[in-house]
Amino acid sequence: MTSKVTTMRDAVTKHVPDGASVALGCALEPAIPFAFAHELIRQRRRDLHLIGPISDIAFDQLIGAGCVAVVSAAWVGNVSAGLAHAYRRAMEQGIPRPIEVRDHSNFSIAQALLAGALGAPYLPTRSLLGSDIPRANGTFREASDPFSGDALLLIPAITPDVTAIAVQRADEDGNAHLWGPWGVSQEAALAARATIVIADEIVARSVIASDPNRTIVPGTKVTAVVHEPGACHPSPLQGRYRRDHEFFHQYHAATRTPEGFAAWIREWVSEVSDRRAYLAKLGARWGALRDDGVPAALALF
Amino acid sequence: MVAQAAREIRDGERVFVGMRLPLIAFVVAKRTHAPNAIGLFELGVVRDEPAPELLYTMGDNANVAGAVWCARTIDLMGMLQRGDVHAGFIGGAEIDVHGNLNTTAIGDRGHPKVQLPGSGGGADIASLAHRLIVIMPHDRRRLREKVDFVTSPGHGDGRGWRKRAGLPRGGPSVLITTLAVFRFVDGSAVLESAHPGVSVERIRNETGWPLAVAAALRETEPPSTEVLSIIRGYDPQGFWTRRGE
Repeated sequence: MTSKVTTMRDAVTKHVPDGASVALGCALEPAIPFAFAHELIRQRRRDLHLIGPISDIAFDQLIGAGCVAVVSAAWVGNVSAGLAHAYRRAMEQGIPRPIEVRDHSNFSIAQALLAGALGAPYLPTRSLLGSDIPRANGTFREASDPFSGDALLLIPAITPDVTAIAVQRADEDGNAHLWGPWGVSQEAALAARATIVIADEIVARSVIASDPNRTIVPGTKVTAVVHEPGACHPSPLQGRYRRDHEFFHQYHAATRTPEGFAAWIREWVSEVSDRRAYLAKLGARWGALRDDGVPAALALF
Repeated sequence: MVAQAAREIRDGERVFVGMRLPLIAFVVAKRTHAPNAIGLFELGVVRDEPAPELLYTMGDNANVAGAVWCARTIDLMGMLQRGDVHAGFIGGAEIDVHGNLNTTAIGDRGHPKVQLPGSGGGADIASLAHRLIVIMPHDRRRLREKVDFVTSPGHGDGRGWRKRAGLPRGGPSVLITTLAVFRFVDGSAVLESAHPGVSVERIRNETGWPLAVAAALRETEPPSTEVLSIIRGYDPQGFWTRRGE
């Protein structure tokens, strides 16, 4: 078996071209691959189509950095601090550029990705009937159930060009263990043309095989594996490190103006060469967030 | 608000908890009158005990450790769509007299005056839960005759609308604000109680729709000392409970 392990820089260079549709932040608040988002910004990707349920501030950073043309999401904001300033500027003033938003709910984005994972053209739902979201999204269709005649909304499949998921551990082939809530991660990984697994730890295949129920995506569906400890800070990764609430609140305060946003991106993204340098910059703060490393119990099958 | 929200949870119910103040309302309910309530979190967590420490998001490690199920969003949303969820919590930037909520944008959707974060799971909870509990700061600019965008459908234009729209059930049952409690009767908000020290006149001035007042208007029951001590013990710094919400 050939190892798929590569660096974040190479994974983005090889697999994420300008204009790509990219799903990330698929576990909702935890396990958001900020290291991946920051590399997209450093490599000045343009015209991306971001796909995800809530993203916390990852989408805000990519939008503010001018990387994004389209967003398909249920929620773009800062979960514990409030509104997302860069998203607001893009939508209200076209700064740094206008973006197109296809409104979703968490259920509709989950269904769209599940349809993609199933190879189905769409999935029907009874959610969102009477909401303005279908009109604002523009891709849904109203229909009636051929069996009962009841009203339905059809959610077309989303098949991202690339899905990036962060996990606690994977082997070199990309067989990946994620624990904690999965959100829409599995659907997004299975629906994508290319899936990038970002692992806190690279382990032997036997570790994965000891507990295959924990595998979120099999290696055969994975394009590249990046070994990137701490890739999710300031979001949490269950059993490895906690959420850095204060970091989210500081970002909120620092990015109220375009100048403040630019300074923040310079400090935490552009002038930081990679994740290792980022963690070194966090210093003792990073150490304080680490869990004591209680490993998930090994299951012996 | 938190104490009243907790009262809306009945023992044994499955509750979609959501973000911010409802996280604390769930804790209060579990530790008082509803010890058998089950908390569902849309990122894929089910808990039969509240997290032991203050949560900033439903995805904090403390909300995952000790959970009875870690799953996918689609699993939790499927329960919601099936009708397995008794009640859900939701907040919003704007609400109208029929309980339609806007969390998407103030002004025109294409060229918003204020871009808000969006639905999250709110529109799904509003569409599919048996009962919706709404919590909002009371402000004339928020309690409006008509909202700019219906993110989360309430009772539409009134009685019978949800059925006509094809929604299987549900709708807002209660709106809890910083000043008062409204109950939805035939699809419209009726003032049920005013918080201690708040006059009906003040509520009328701070409400953007013609106020309907229940014949048996009363004062909102203040939180007991037990409930206050649970709230203060859980959120000692007042991160969520001292935002004037």
